[in-house]
Amino acid sequence: MDGFTHAEDRWTVAGRSFASRLIVGTGKYKDLPTTAAAIAASGAEIVTVAVRRVNLADRNAPMLQDFVSPTQYTYLPNTAGCFTADDAVRTLRLAREAGGWNLVKLEVLGPPPTLYPDMQGTFEAAAALIKDGFEVMVYCSDDPIAAKRLEDMGCVAIMPLGAPIGSGLGVQNPLMIRQIIENAQVPVLVDAGVGTATDAAFAMELGCDAVLVNSAIAHAADPVLMARAMQAGVAAGRLAYRAGRMARSTAANPSSPTNGLIR
Amino acid sequence: MSATIDLIRLSVNGESMDIPAATTLAALLAWLELDTRKVAIERNREIVPRSTYATTILAPGDALEIVHFIGGG
Repeated sequence: MDGFTHAEDRWTVAGRSFASRLIVGTGKYKDLPTTAAAIAASGAEIVTVAVRRVNLADRNAPMLQDFVSPTQYTYLPNTAGCFTADDAVRTLRLAREAGGWNLVKLEVLGPPPTLYPDMQGTFEAAAALIKDGFEVMVYCSDDPIAAKRLEDMGCVAIMPLGAPIGSGLGVQNPLMIRQIIENAQVPVLVDAGVGTATDAAFAMELGCDAVLVNSAIAHAADPVLMARAMQAGVAAGRLAYRAGRMARSTAANPSSPTNGLIR
Repeated sequence: MSATIDLIRLSVNGESMDIPAATTLAALLAWLELDTRKVAIERNREIVPRSTYATTILAPGDALEIVHFIGGG
């Protein structure tokens, strides 16, 4: 027990239960040993991974699985780089064959500079994947209507962005994230935009079930330390959400009693 | 390689490759020195189950995609 996780406060997605509410990406690190060290420090149980062609010109290059064991972590394959439903389905069928999992992260992105979720493509891909037996955690826009539609289609988790991917701008849209959470019967995760630990805590205080972080850890000056910070931020935000924050007031209200003052 | 061996041309991850006719997928992977436990393969856009690599005989014009997991967000 590290003091941050609560055995009694687990969350469940697609029938699988997890203690850590921090999901971490495995991309953008300077090397695989740093990836492994940061992920271990984060306490995450789920890691996102991409599916790519083996480099036949350099096939002795170290592989992710040798550093981040799929027996130790739940691999969540993503569809990064897919722009059509067909590409997403092909990619995740390959991932299922490589790893044997049905639990996947769907993302269909629009073009730079926003890389904003392409919701038309996302709906098409989600429908095709669900039909093919996948359990789809879906990256989506901060649109409560779209989020509800994805849930109604059968997606097992809704993952709106807090800010553009890799921007580190924090949760720019707390009102819509909150709306999505209030409408959802499945887990809601902020999946992009977290820049530092306060952003993760803030997302959890809104009531997210978990947070997904990659760049903020991988691009920190010390990724291992930032991984610990994210773990603490997620845990603090979750505790604060459960505790229920005090009411906001525009007027000051002294913390010490006003009676019994000496005269 | 003897001139009497027939070669067939495949596409592997988008690159042309000439291999002896009647090569199995398992033999190709062994020649490529790939760990079959860490890859997944699509042949002509259909998944090839790992259990059938040894019995899958490659044919001229086959397009293979050999993928693995890498870091991603």
